[in-house]
Amino acid sequence: MKIIACVRQTPDTETVVKIAGDGKSIETDGIKYIIGPYDEYSLEAAVQLKDETSGNVTALSLGPSRVGEALRASLARGADSAVHINTDGAETDDALVVASALAEQIKKMDYDVVITSTKGSDSDRGAVGPMLAELLGLPYIGLVSEIACSDGKFNCKRQVEGGVTESFTVSTPAVICCEQGVRGQARYPSLMQIMKAKKKKIEVVDFASLGVDGGLAKLELESLEYPPERPPGRIIDGDSLDAKLDELIRLLKEEAKVL
Amino acid sequence: MSKAVLVIGEVTTAGVAKGALECISEAKRAGADSVEVVLFGQGAKDQAAAAGKAGASQVHYVEEAGYSLSQRAETVKGVIDSKSPALVMLSSNTYGKELAGVLAARYKSALATECLEIRFEGDVVKATRPMLAGKVLAKVKLNGAVAVATLRPNTVPATEDGADAPVADLALGGSADGVVLTDSSKGSNGGEVDLSEAAVVVAGGRGLKGPENFHLIDELAEPLHAAIGATRMVVDAGWKDFHLQVGQTGKVVTPDLYIAVGISGAIQHLVGMQNSGCIVAINNDPGAPIFKVADYGIVEDLFEATPKLTEKLKAAVN
Repeated sequence: MKIIACVRQTPDTETVVKIAGDGKSIETDGIKYIIGPYDEYSLEAAVQLKDETSGNVTALSLGPSRVGEALRASLARGADSAVHINTDGAETDDALVVASALAEQIKKMDYDVVITSTKGSDSDRGAVGPMLAELLGLPYIGLVSEIACSDGKFNCKRQVEGGVTESFTVSTPAVICCEQGVRGQARYPSLMQIMKAKKKKIEVVDFASLGVDGGLAKLELESLEYPPERPPGRIIDGDSLDAKLDELIRLLKEEAKVL
Repeated sequence: MSKAVLVIGEVTTAGVAKGALECISEAKRAGADSVEVVLFGQGAKDQAAAAGKAGASQVHYVEEAGYSLSQRAETVKGVIDSKSPALVMLSSNTYGKELAGVLAARYKSALATECLEIRFEGDVVKATRPMLAGKVLAKVKLNGAVAVATLRPNTVPATEDGADAPVADLALGGSADGVVLTDSSKGSNGGEVDLSEAAVVVAGGRGLKGPENFHLIDELAEPLHAAIGATRMVVDAGWKDFHLQVGQTGKVVTPDLYIAVGISGAIQHLVGMQNSGCIVAINNDPGAPIFKVADYGIVEDLFEATPKLTEKLKAAVN
């Protein structure tokens, strides 16, 4: 299988987020960027699937120059090649702008399947995968928690609401969005893989060359705020474990009214 | 401009899906002047009328034998093209998320996902949605025609003070594509109750010391009909399946009651559960950060407290 794995570079999940002075963006000073934690899992799935099918994986990412690091890391984790849509100086916050640029680039590439992940851990949108499918005119399956390939088709399972497991067969070409853990933990690259990845070339495509209409950006960010702080709770006192638990149950019934 | 809203959701033989009812209620609260609803279901037409109780003015019922995203999109397209709603609303569930993305790309619409609140200001649709796993809230404006928004489950109450609405059949449009549903079954993978929709969640962390002790969580969940959750550590160590993970790289849950057992409260976990209605924490370390967000804290050894709480709850809820 020829696989395109979409990878997004996001702030480290341990980042303490500070809203910048403009009230519309976050302070980027001191932020460490990583491969999106959700994309780590989908990239792992892509690499395992290419090994099982003697295929190849191209990691594809959109963003400013720093995104090159995420692609380098993707190469170390087993991608064979990488394409970077460089957005330096361009406004590319909107999901449809991102999806349109990715779609324009993907149209020029040779592939069987595009693999995306649940969401970017920064934007928390989860929108680009299905948008990409629509723009490419491809079938889409979201939030897959199991994936295997046989006879040129994918067998996928996913957990949907109500504790139901759905099974699908997916013919290529298609866009498949993988949940976290779809193929277990993402691998840590060996030193050897990191060294090898340094020698591989990353193809850089200028965002402007893809001809994406900036007018597609229709979601306007007005302001960012911190979520309201939760009022402090209390530690339940009591002479014994029994007394504490009885008081807890009383509070759950009478005060919180959740029992 | 109209303030017409189109809600898309599911209906089962048990009734209209909660996510759809929440969307209808939120559309009314947002100031919609009409709420039309398209419900996909199997043999559940009789239940679809109940959407009126939440405020729907008209319900379209689509009998669906399997599941096909492309067919859902084609079916809904007919309604959007004829009714030109200002806003299309879906629940942020598996189906809602993927259909929202497809529709937004098709109509070149503004798309706001995982909204906590949606409102009309004049004719303009505005919404609040979390970013960076809820570390910040974004106030957004959805410009252009046919805005699309998904509403996070369990965030707004579904009101049911209306009357049944008229139900019309709507034929499933389009044709199947390369994604074919072959089986749909109640799984035994993890808890019986779905995590993101559950009213009560009982979650376990590192304090349980090993997978062999996770039965304490299962047992506590039972009398509460709760969904089971776990921390990233539990999932990374392979004690529990990935889809039970609550937190920044797992699911964000907002149940009425969240009971955290043996969970210290790393930020990664807190962002996934701190908007729950009532939080109870059981941990033997009084300095654990989980107690900062817990409404009620029990500082005790979980191995003694949990089975005892299970017994007491069994008696209390009966």
